[in-house]
Amino acid sequence: MLRKTIITLFTTLALTLNVNAASDGELILKKNNPAEVKDCFEKINRATFAFNQALDGLIFKPVASAYKIMPSPMRSGVSNSLDNLSNLITIPNNILQGEFYKAGINTVRFVINSTIGILGIIDVAQHFGLQDYEKEDYGQSLAKLGVGPGCYIVLPILGPSTARDTVGSAFNFLGGDAWYNVTVRNDTHHFSDIDYYSSKITSGVDFRAKNYDSIENLEQNSLDFYASVKSLYLQDRQQKILNTKKIIETQNDSDWEEIDNN
Amino acid sequence: MKDKRIILTFLIYLFFSSNLQSMEPDVFVQSTVNRASEILTKNVSKDTKMKDLQNIANETVDIEGIGFYTLGAVRKTLNEEQKKKYSKLFHSYFLISFSSRLSEYTNPEIDVYDKEVLNQNYTIVKSLLKGTKDRPEVKIDWRIYTKNPNNPLIRDLIIEGLSLARTQKEEFSSILNSNGGNINALFKTLEEFSKK
Repeated sequence: MLRKTIITLFTTLALTLNVNAASDGELILKKNNPAEVKDCFEKINRATFAFNQALDGLIFKPVASAYKIMPSPMRSGVSNSLDNLSNLITIPNNILQGEFYKAGINTVRFVINSTIGILGIIDVAQHFGLQDYEKEDYGQSLAKLGVGPGCYIVLPILGPSTARDTVGSAFNFLGGDAWYNVTVRNDTHHFSDIDYYSSKITSGVDFRAKNYDSIENLEQNSLDFYASVKSLYLQDRQQKILNTKKIIETQNDSDWEEIDNN
Repeated sequence: MKDKRIILTFLIYLFFSSNLQSMEPDVFVQSTVNRASEILTKNVSKDTKMKDLQNIANETVDIEGIGFYTLGAVRKTLNEEQKKKYSKLFHSYFLISFSSRLSEYTNPEIDVYDKEVLNQNYTIVKSLLKGTKDRPEVKIDWRIYTKNPNNPLIRDLIIEGLSLARTQKEEFSSILNSNGGNINALFKTLEEFSKK
């Protein structure tokens, strides 16, 4: 089943993308411009989005609401621990993107936090003067290699994605995520499947709780909530791929200029 | 000699008066934020807060400019009457949406810490919304339109790198696309939102 899904996604990618291995920053910026990403399956996406919203109302929202009541240090501990685990995907992607220095820093961060920081619960590494942690994934590495996003996709339960990012996520299950390898893929006798899936569910709840008010606010004040979420997701991906939070590096200002000239 | 003195006095006066009137974008943002924060900490009803916030928005935000930006290329196809109608509808939509979003926050502490002049027309002012036990620290950048330095105006809020104006633009574009580019569909959606 998984193989079939991957083949379908690769086919979608091959059909919709112009894979270009030698790509510069400007081309990556253009390819990942949210306005350029096609919503090829909008009807299906909107239906899946509605399903996810219903699921959110039934499960994630109430659980996130309860999670928010937990004492702040406890939530920080959970969040830190999940961030620490994500290093296991970030480090190989630092290497794939040719960022060996960052890979080294993140390895040091992972070792310090997993040991002195008690399984990552305390972010001890931040006091060692290491540069801020930035998550990386296989979708971002594919983008850096020149692969365009392909069509926008809303995945059941998992939410917004693109064809490229979905293929990128599939690498996690094909040996690209050491945490998945030691919990689900291989029988290590130390961890079980439950450890992996519970960490993923907790990660979802943690994200929902952190953005609880923002999501509520956005939903209440949006004219088209689906379009708002899509725009925010694609903007976020674009800046993560370019590793920047500077709007002038990701936004085309020509429309603003046209208004000024009118 | 007398003429020279008059010219000199006039120039000095001009220099000081223009300096007094023009406002640095970062000072402008901090003062706007402080005003909003004062309203949000007041012990008054949500409706009163929303009205006060709308007054601030009317003074400090380029609502018409944002409206035409969010319309994208479609604005070029509108006639004068449609443009007027759109501006009016967008204005009331923006005020309700803006004040409703902000009125949920209580005692927000925002500190301006830097600015980046992009060109004569734009400066990006950088600020930080302090974290609380319920939400993490948030980086907010402000795109300030400085064509008239005496009257700087806010054109966009960029929260953690995500532009609100751009999100709004893509939302409007989606509504127009779903309705075959019919501007009346957007007018209807805006009217319905304002009536809520």
